[in-house]
Amino acid sequence: MHEYSLIQSLVARVEAEARAHHAVAVHRVVVKIGELSGVDPELFRTAYDTYRAGTACERVELEMRRVEAAWRCPACRRPIEKGAVLSCPACGAPAALDEGSDAILLETIEMEVP
Amino acid sequence: MCTTCGCGDPELVPVELHEKILAGNDRVARHNRDHFVEAGVLALNLMGSPGSGKTAVLEATARAANGRWRLGAVSADLATDNDARRLEAAGIPSKAITTGQACHLDAELVHHALHDFPWRDTDVFFIENVGNLVCPAIYDLGQAANVVVLSVTEGEDKPLKYPVMFKAADLVLLAKCDLLPHLDVKVEKIEDALARVMPRRRMLKVSARTGEGMEAWIAWIEERRAPVVEKRKTLGVVTSAGPASAFSWGHVHGPGRGQGR
Repeated sequence: MHEYSLIQSLVARVEAEARAHHAVAVHRVVVKIGELSGVDPELFRTAYDTYRAGTACERVELEMRRVEAAWRCPACRRPIEKGAVLSCPACGAPAALDEGSDAILLETIEMEVP
Repeated sequence: MCTTCGCGDPELVPVELHEKILAGNDRVARHNRDHFVEAGVLALNLMGSPGSGKTAVLEATARAANGRWRLGAVSADLATDNDARRLEAAGIPSKAITTGQACHLDAELVHHALHDFPWRDTDVFFIENVGNLVCPAIYDLGQAANVVVLSVTEGEDKPLKYPVMFKAADLVLLAKCDLLPHLDVKVEKIEDALARVMPRRRMLKVSARTGEGMEAWIAWIEERRAPVVEKRKTLGVVTSAGPASAFSWGHVHGPGRGQGR
């Protein structure tokens, strides 16, 4: 259940950014969560909904962009089939994850400034 | 907006961050890593299910290493300091990190533990994580490598069920191999499962009880230690008086040669 500690960091970061901009309200919080990030999206949302009360995120729905995981050969860029052995069938190189596949990112905050 | 006093319609401002939510943890992890590198300590993050045999592997490591390195460990559990006491008894100076409700170690917990432990007086420093195949995988602690202990009784498809953990592993120790003759477990199936989640698959079969595979494990640690030792030489910080002034963090990390500054 590390989702709660992630949400704690997320909300603290949003609040710090809101303070830095002297924001009167936060309107949007967008996160990007990769399939191989180790974060359960449902638990993440539940943790957010539990934690946001009394914070700058109280009235903000969490927008979650989910990224499907994909592996490919770093040399010849050939994609590796889902569930297959993680080395390139052509050149044998160990596969590398596509960008975003394991992301746990705070993408955008939209806030209201006076 | 009113040009006289600034009152008026508020403005919606989008702030693009594209920043890791764990950026704070990663900062502390980098700090820990700098300390380990500067002191020439190989730090290994040992992860695995509860009961996979992490502590037993470390006890056997102390026996097999037979004094060739100065060892040290922090050992994390939700409650009790049993593992740290077992490690102490096996000759590994150890400190318990009791996490309470937390299911994983984070860089700050490790950093805090370093402050009152003579980790600088070690060559190989083990961070025995909380028994858990999920949460510990995503927290960088400042280690040089991740070692996952997987015991033969856990099921051949365990790597497929916990891909994030095995993706993060630099080495898998297949533990309790002395039990293989009594089980219907096929090691090839475990190897195949690993190859589907771990791009640079590396697995060693070990048994803490019989000592099987411990030589290969010791050799792996030695191989990992080489660049760490080399790095310390290039920093020119190996003196009996402690590290030179190449690094300065302005705070003390426990007693020991390094003295911290």
